[in-house]
Amino acid sequence: MLKDITIGQYFPGSSLLHKLDARFKIVFTLLYIVMLFVGDSFFSLAIGIAYCIFALVLSRLPVRLFWKSLKPLLPILIFTVILNVIFITDGKVYFQLGIFKITEDGISTAVRMAVRIIFLIIGSSLLTYTTSPIQLTDAIERLLSPLKKLHFPVHSFAMMMTIALRFIPTLMEETDKIIAAQKARGANFESGKLIDKAKALVPVLVPLFVSAFRRAEELATAMECRCYRGDIGRTKMKQMKSSCRDWIALCITGIMLAGAIAVNTAF
Amino acid sequence: MAIIRTEKLTYKYSEGTPFETTAVDHVDLEIEEGAFIGVIGSTGSGKSTLMQHLNGLLRPASGKVIFDGMDIWADKSRLRDIRFQIGLVFQYPEYQLFEDTVYKDIAYGPANMGLSESEINERVLEAARFVCLDEQQLSQSPFALSGGQKRRAAIAGVMALRPRVLILDEPTAGLDPMGREDILREIKAYHRETGCTILFVTHSMEDIAKCTQKILVMDHGSVFCYDDTAAVFRRAEELEKIGLSVPQITKICSRLRERGIQLDDNIYTVKEACRQLAECYNKRKAGGTDA
Repeated sequence: MLKDITIGQYFPGSSLLHKLDARFKIVFTLLYIVMLFVGDSFFSLAIGIAYCIFALVLSRLPVRLFWKSLKPLLPILIFTVILNVIFITDGKVYFQLGIFKITEDGISTAVRMAVRIIFLIIGSSLLTYTTSPIQLTDAIERLLSPLKKLHFPVHSFAMMMTIALRFIPTLMEETDKIIAAQKARGANFESGKLIDKAKALVPVLVPLFVSAFRRAEELATAMECRCYRGDIGRTKMKQMKSSCRDWIALCITGIMLAGAIAVNTAF
Repeated sequence: MAIIRTEKLTYKYSEGTPFETTAVDHVDLEIEEGAFIGVIGSTGSGKSTLMQHLNGLLRPASGKVIFDGMDIWADKSRLRDIRFQIGLVFQYPEYQLFEDTVYKDIAYGPANMGLSESEINERVLEAARFVCLDEQQLSQSPFALSGGQKRRAAIAGVMALRPRVLILDEPTAGLDPMGREDILREIKAYHRETGCTILFVTHSMEDIAKCTQKILVMDHGSVFCYDDTAAVFRRAEELEKIGLSVPQITKICSRLRERGIQLDDNIYTVKEACRQLAECYNKRKAGGTDA
């Protein structure tokens, strides 16, 4: 059941998108989000979508994967659409029932919002699908390193993220195993009242917490054994180097963003 | 009669992603009621995955698991009932203990079956007796027990279901020699007293030689061979090719045989080796120099 969750997962590959510098990819994702939200017109949105589809093709990942990452967020998406349709009451009225009006503006805002959310998810999944967690946290550490001057613990923050990301699959696997083991003893997670369902989780959560604490302790010991003491004098095995293609990609992204802004002001 | 039968059982992990792997590949198997069967195979050979199919925890990609003449996936509402009849003890089962006393933890399964208080009590005490946990230990927190005791408490939690088939996935892994011996002896006694069918997954050839009647050897998701213990261990060379081995004592005996000592080729316990060696020795003494 848990194995179907693909958000934040990394799919190794050798496409151009996989090879880009992770620092650049994070910047691209941020710029891409700006691109999606900068304009009100459908034309500027179209530029963002084109950018995303272009990247998707370059990643050479199956489209199915993105559908999988969208699926769990569908309820939120539908909820947003309904809210927008109901509460935006400007423009031409198509249909009216009591105080509820469905208007042209309402529908167009809702559609734009839905498209934005869908492409926001696709774009950010594209980042995690093509970047290994280690690369990702390294890149965040590097991008945030100016904050060190303000005594912000950038390294500890990045290490915490690395550990958290590293243990998501481990704990998911563990959860699956514990669920299976309790099912073998007749645990029932599917039926019953809400309170019964909550109670049924106790036999899963207790062992899970126990094992999470055990793992944390073991990891801390292992890190100490290898003389870990934060980032003081620490070097990286893999140095991040930007190459020609990263700068070209940055140029393309910049031009697309400028285009999106320009189109928005023009229409 | 076969209590569990599989037909062309196939299972794939991460189906439809780049990580897709076939864990179990067209397995046909028949498990006779009351048998004590050992399951061996190198890491990743699909043993554990296969075991989780037998009580319906995993749904096969294709193929069938037939328990008592019925496909277990034919009626989903019966699945829970089937899990009570086919008890599965996972690897490192002590990590699944959760109650505040050992007694309550063992009672978790029977309570899920909806039994009465007195019936639950009877089953918990019976299961505790099988794994040699005393009254005082039953009232302790499971987290206060030693590693071996925790393991036994977890095994008792499944025995308390009184299953018709008991599957144990590496019940002796990570224990000291004493702990291993204790658990093996308890499982053997359990088999003798209840007559229940047992599937015993292990990496230890010695463990398997001591108690099983038949061995199922898995390799790369399929059945490599499924035969009587002696017949399987006679195929030492083939076993070594797939990353397994035969018990130490079997190797020693085959070396001795090469040196001309008259031993059978089906020795796989130290006990049997001692008996035959003593026989040889006596013959030699009686017959003077001719042996």
